[in-house]
Amino acid sequence: MSEDIIKTEGLTKVFNKHLVAVDHVNFEVERGEIFGFLGPNGAGKTTTINMLITILKPTEGKASVLGFDIAEQDDNVRNVIGVVPQEYTADEDLTGLENVLLCADLYGIPRNVAKERAMDLLKLVELTDFKDKKVQTFSGGMRRRLELACGLINRPKVLFLDEPTLGLDVQTRTATWDYIRKLKKEYGMTLFMTTHYLEEADALCDRVAIIDHGKIIVVGSPEELKHSLGGDIITISIKEDTDVSELIRSVEHVKDVKTEDGSYRIKAEYGEVTAPFIIEALRKKGHTVTKLSLTEPTLNEVYLEYTGKSLRDAEESREAFFAQRMTMRRARQ
Amino acid sequence: MSSTNGNSKSKLHGLWALTNRELKKWYKAPVIFILSIVQPILWMGLLGKAMNIGALFSGGTFTLPQLTPPLTPPQLQQLGSYFAGLQTNILQGAFNTTDYFSFMAVGMIAFTALFTTMFSGMSVVWDRRLGFLNKALSTPVSRAVIIFSKVLSATLRSMFQAGIIIVIAVAFGLQVGATFTPLSILGVFAIMFLICVGLSSAFIAITIRSTRIETPMAVVSLINLPLMFASNAFFPTKFMPDWLQTIARFNPLTYTTDAVRQLLIFNTDWTQLAMDFTYVGIFAVIVATMGIVLSWRFLSR
Repeated sequence: MSEDIIKTEGLTKVFNKHLVAVDHVNFEVERGEIFGFLGPNGAGKTTTINMLITILKPTEGKASVLGFDIAEQDDNVRNVIGVVPQEYTADEDLTGLENVLLCADLYGIPRNVAKERAMDLLKLVELTDFKDKKVQTFSGGMRRRLELACGLINRPKVLFLDEPTLGLDVQTRTATWDYIRKLKKEYGMTLFMTTHYLEEADALCDRVAIIDHGKIIVVGSPEELKHSLGGDIITISIKEDTDVSELIRSVEHVKDVKTEDGSYRIKAEYGEVTAPFIIEALRKKGHTVTKLSLTEPTLNEVYLEYTGKSLRDAEESREAFFAQRMTMRRARQ
Repeated sequence: MSSTNGNSKSKLHGLWALTNRELKKWYKAPVIFILSIVQPILWMGLLGKAMNIGALFSGGTFTLPQLTPPLTPPQLQQLGSYFAGLQTNILQGAFNTTDYFSFMAVGMIAFTALFTTMFSGMSVVWDRRLGFLNKALSTPVSRAVIIFSKVLSATLRSMFQAGIIIVIAVAFGLQVGATFTPLSILGVFAIMFLICVGLSSAFIAITIRSTRIETPMAVVSLINLPLMFASNAFFPTKFMPDWLQTIARFNPLTYTTDAVRQLLIFNTDWTQLAMDFTYVGIFAVIVATMGIVLSWRFLSR
């Protein structure tokens, strides 16, 4: 069953009458998938998420979350979503458990239910041993997990994660990914996340929307996007001096062949399947392959192809800059 | 589809949770808590005892010019008691009480209201910078509750401090008026509630748009002391120049302080007290409504 959990139509946000942060964005998020918004800082990712979680009102266009209109039925939306913000919002002066219970109070969850759920969630994110410690003493990874627990307290059907691993080291980042995957697999939750880490989008997301200057440039699964570039790069060298470009080109799935310093740079779909066929074809004609390498395109190449530039750090507002710096500083504690 | 998961549907849910979050920062941090008690003691000690206005008229010996014929001892005694009476008369005339310390200690209560509520604005800025505000905005908690929890926590803190000030002032020798009853204390809390709700709403409305902590600091330091001294908190307005008296006449702190004085140390003038309450009440309602409406509009951009 394909059911749209999130749907936007021409969603637009203009700040101060001229700064177009999100520009007529259309996309759908299906039930049970991890949908990622990939783009540089200042591309409009957070603005989009803020509209979907009803913090900001759209200037134009519509969006619905679980069938509720984000502008007209904002209270309904708030009840069924969970939010893990970019910042560490947990109160440093309170303990882990107190923070989760505070979140529960914001949803109006009765105390006895809240306590039980909070303990379950703290167990899920492996913070049970630290529940009575003040958040001040938490590491970046622990804080992120606490935010995750807070975001899940109302048993949301869809969870929004804004830059879930900003500032975390590689190890903690991979661990955080595991928690996110677990939510999808074990709870069948739909997740919407933003990131400016290519590896993260690649490793985690079922589908990715690349966004730049407030516009969605392309949407697809990381695999599709990479294949849309025309496939993998196979580099081959042969012993003989003859030109075998035409021979290679005749192999199925090969899209393009270029000669480069005596080696052949082949663009092919499904490189790992095509490469053996190329070797086979060459051997039949009596050639000896001396060297072979296979490179799969990364999302970085996809990004380059579609935006014409590498993922850059754009100028952004003082406020956003401060918030990110703050987050990163606390992440490293 | 059940959208609320069977959770509370009260419009006010979360109010106490958010208020208590603010209060916990205060009462769970021993240093901050103790400082907030020490602060009024310091001020009272410095202003109340250092500016010992009563001593201007007594203490010290002075020599009368040699008169011919010299004053007889009974005459001298008469003159002495005349001066002593003069001191009482002047103090009574100026401050409506013979004890400046009592006059000023009560002024401290309004002073506390002002200084405690100004922090409500700052905590909004912090919540914004740290992302907590956005987090709260994405939950079903009402926008008005988010703002009102700030107002309420500042108000409760001020009222607590007012209580401390009264206790300390009594310990330091506050002379209560002839009409004082324990009920008057309730009146003090009532007027404190009104002024704090008004003031903290105003501070929140001023600062909710700012993203940097420096803005509320600047606003607060610009407004606070002038507001304080253009009132009757430390000195009666009747000795002020006309223009300052005009400002003081509109200053809600003047009415707050007067109400507290009427209740605690003066012989209560009920019409005056009713006027004080009316003025502060109207101020609170208007400013709180404006503050909450402005903040609300800002929060639902």
